[in-house]
Amino acid sequence: MEPVPSENPAGEALHRALGLTDDEAAQITAILGRPPTHVELAMYAVMWSEHCSYKSSRLHLRRLPTEAPQVLVGPGENAGVVDVGDGIAVAIRIESHNHPSAVEPYQGAATGVGGILRDIFTMGARPIALMDPLFFGDLDDPRTRWLVEGVVAGISGYGNSVGVPTVGGELTFAPGYARNPLVNVLCLGVLPVDRLVLGRASGAGNLAVLLGSLTGRDGIGGVSVLASAGFGAEAADDAKRPSVQVGDPFEEKRLIEACLELLDRHLVVGIQDLGGAGLACATSETAARGGMGMDVDVRAVPRREDGMAPFEVMTSESQERMLAIVAPADLAAVQAVCERWEVRASVVGTVTEPAGAAGAAGAVGSGEVVTGATTMSAHPPAGRLRILDGPGGAVLADVPAASLSDDAPLYQRPLAPPADLQQRRSADPAALPAPSDCTSDMLAMLLDPAWVFRQYDHDLLLNTVVGPGGDAVVLRLAAPGLPPSGKGLALSTDSNPRWCSVDPRLGTELLVAESALNVACGGAHPVALVNCLNFGNPEHPEVMWQLSEAVDGMASACRALGIPVVGGNVSLYNESGGADIDPTPVVAVLGVVERLERVPPSVALADGGTIVALGPRTTGLAGSRWAVERRGHRGGALTPWDAEEHARLLGLVADLVGRDGLLQGVHDVADGGIAVALAECALRSGVGARVGGIDGHGELFSEAAGRVLVCTADPAAVEAAAAGAGIGARVLGRAGGDRIVVDGLVDVTLAEAAAAWRGALADHLDPSRDPATS
Amino acid sequence: MTATVGVVVFPGTNCDHDTLVALERAGARAEPLWHGTPSVGHVDAVLLPGGFAHGDYLRPGAIARFSPVMAAVADFAAAGGPVVGICNGFQVLTEAGLLPGALQKNRSLRFVCQPADVRVASDRSVLTAGVEVGRVLRIPVAHFVGNYICDERTLAELHAEGRVVLRYAENPNGSIDDIAGICNAAGNVVGLMPHPERASDPLLGSTDGLVLLRALVDAVGGAAGVPSGPFDVVNDRARTA
Repeated sequence: MEPVPSENPAGEALHRALGLTDDEAAQITAILGRPPTHVELAMYAVMWSEHCSYKSSRLHLRRLPTEAPQVLVGPGENAGVVDVGDGIAVAIRIESHNHPSAVEPYQGAATGVGGILRDIFTMGARPIALMDPLFFGDLDDPRTRWLVEGVVAGISGYGNSVGVPTVGGELTFAPGYARNPLVNVLCLGVLPVDRLVLGRASGAGNLAVLLGSLTGRDGIGGVSVLASAGFGAEAADDAKRPSVQVGDPFEEKRLIEACLELLDRHLVVGIQDLGGAGLACATSETAARGGMGMDVDVRAVPRREDGMAPFEVMTSESQERMLAIVAPADLAAVQAVCERWEVRASVVGTVTEPAGAAGAAGAVGSGEVVTGATTMSAHPPAGRLRILDGPGGAVLADVPAASLSDDAPLYQRPLAPPADLQQRRSADPAALPAPSDCTSDMLAMLLDPAWVFRQYDHDLLLNTVVGPGGDAVVLRLAAPGLPPSGKGLALSTDSNPRWCSVDPRLGTELLVAESALNVACGGAHPVALVNCLNFGNPEHPEVMWQLSEAVDGMASACRALGIPVVGGNVSLYNESGGADIDPTPVVAVLGVVERLERVPPSVALADGGTIVALGPRTTGLAGSRWAVERRGHRGGALTPWDAEEHARLLGLVADLVGRDGLLQGVHDVADGGIAVALAECALRSGVGARVGGIDGHGELFSEAAGRVLVCTADPAAVEAAAAGAGIGARVLGRAGGDRIVVDGLVDVTLAEAAAAWRGALADHLDPSRDPATS
Repeated sequence: MTATVGVVVFPGTNCDHDTLVALERAGARAEPLWHGTPSVGHVDAVLLPGGFAHGDYLRPGAIARFSPVMAAVADFAAAGGPVVGICNGFQVLTEAGLLPGALQKNRSLRFVCQPADVRVASDRSVLTAGVEVGRVLRIPVAHFVGNYICDERTLAELHAEGRVVLRYAENPNGSIDDIAGICNAAGNVVGLMPHPERASDPLLGSTDGLVLLRALVDAVGGAAGVPSGPFDVVNDRARTA
């Protein structure tokens, strides 16, 4: 093999132009026992990018609890899978598509949806729900409005067409996301437990068959160019637009149906989606997981354009492609299924026996590189990935398949808390002057997300029992090919960059607590959690400290509540103009409703009902929307929670929700505190409320964890159940009338509150809105 | 005898499963009809479900009308066979010339997914036969291209002949005269934007969609064979059969 020139024409070392450090380049040479070829260098560059290798975060992620009896597949595979009973498993994954969406919002968001879907059906699961936590800057900024329009249209355009309902998500506006919006996408799929498949290549002589779209130049280096660097000047960012992939939901829809039929008919031995790093990733990972090698004929890959170099073919991130491992005897049947669904199927490679002896072993540990746990000798059957230029043609690459993923560098990056941490924590917003009237603060915090979720088809598949806009979505556990079940699923995505900015560790704990409580409000008990860790530049010690703290917070809350972490995604370099975003871990908790026999109570009030608050009383305002958004105060210490009490609250709420007709409405107290929780219940049902006994603006706006409002015709039963669970319960007032009144603090008509609530998005995004035709 | 309803599946159709389930719930036998097969087999009625047939590329329904099954659907309709198009199916029927007018993008230029109250405006169709005119049904809509438009003469004909089948109580998309569904002159071909299959289960918040689907099932599966009145072509077909 010809060694590549070490410098590109501009005089910069080629590995640096591809985003590899000098140490990393030296490690590649050590693994191969020679300098890498051009194709090899390109493959290592994308596979060892931050996005693909998690090289800055892997050390920390190991601290998360990942085991529980229901966990069938934990982190590290395409998706986490849990057994939910009745012979049914649920596959779930969340991912970020932040950087592509910042550059090209429609396609960035659309391809985010496409990618997460493939992660799910590659496990053999039929995708049945999508959710999208979104974070943008201030709506006064026209660029933000362009981003919101584009991202929502992209999710709507792709998700609706591909035929998977988008059942919910989250919407956060804060100045820090103005130039670096966050677009996280979650997908949930269901499968009969016995159809679970893993992306493994086994059986020497089996064929690697590429399914789906043609391979083009779109998205080359997407993960390394976009997702592994921050944003700077706008002109330079526009130049990154060609690195964003373009989605085709119709191709994906046919690909889903074809792949699920192939799996149903047991025609594939393994299957893997093509995402970041394209064929380089899919071929090396399937081979490595199966302990095998693979020969790939780069000329056999169908291309969309002429003149593509082999390295471009191997690293292209063209969308809507899958790699299936097929026994030769089944090839004709596979091709017939694909033909029916009009899906292209091309044999591009062959599974090979692992070589007898491992190649030159040993990674080079130098500087801050702490790898060494996973050198060549850790993979006894050292299968090799070879890229050939035509059958029997020149060998363009020949690397240990596992080295592309398993030998990626692992960094213990320096971490340090911010210098002014103690100072910030001692500045508590309790010292802020109390407002004379809390009404205007409450109104400013109301936001009806219907403008967004009306654009998503959230009813498809007939599973959506509680749709978007409430605490948790509640879905029937049903899909074509699934055994019958009376169970349901509850799902909630949650984040709180304000809390996590004040205290990333406790903030993340509270986040997990809130997400579990949301699921309880759907009548479910939590069974699994996935996370998407959106942070700034990992080369900033404060950002690494935030990440480390958030992981510790998540680990301790998950342990305390017995929720295993079954998957995660890390998005770093979320920065623009040198400023990092606030730490934004997003968690999604999956819960199971054991018997879903009726529509659970929603965020609502019923005329004449009694409003009862469950949980502790508190007045802490640190990290609250009132302090941060309304008063610009970002200091103080978050109110701690009692994990043991919270666990009892989860059980109590799920129990009350499950009792026939006991609750007329239920809503957890979170963003905006009791004020916003009460207003949302009133606005969603069109029923007013009068409550009292709230201890000033502190108790009204506090966002401390572990509190729930319920509306009931039988408060004695609720109080008795709460007493039995050792949870505080207090009657706040009654539902009814056409005003929202909190004695001494808030007094507003429902109509005025509704105008503020509905207008929060629509007034910015539909300025000339005609109510008859919107 | 139980009526058999064929549900056409194009590549990109995505409401096929939901529609099959809801039809069974309405008392029919329901089976998929693959778009590439140039026949509708022995079904008693054909339903074109929602989705994005052929990706909605070019224009919704513009490619689907050329799928081999569509010639058979047209023959079936011409012989008086009941044909119902829901959402994307409605778009396909207008593109195929089986229903007049066209569906254009919503006036908001945005996808809209929400419950809609629709009023039964005529019982002269296979989907509303026996349903009280004026009855309001709560049935979800979910579409980007659901804004019905036609020329003035067609509109006058539709009204005069009782062929406006469903009208929105609150217009979600800008459709002319709040039209949510129409039928052909014989009443055996019906197109509507709302999704009755999504209102077929108490857990989904409404069962009003079953009112329409049961009307369809009754119209084709009744012991008398064929209803009288508006279904003249159906009677013709019964005579020739």
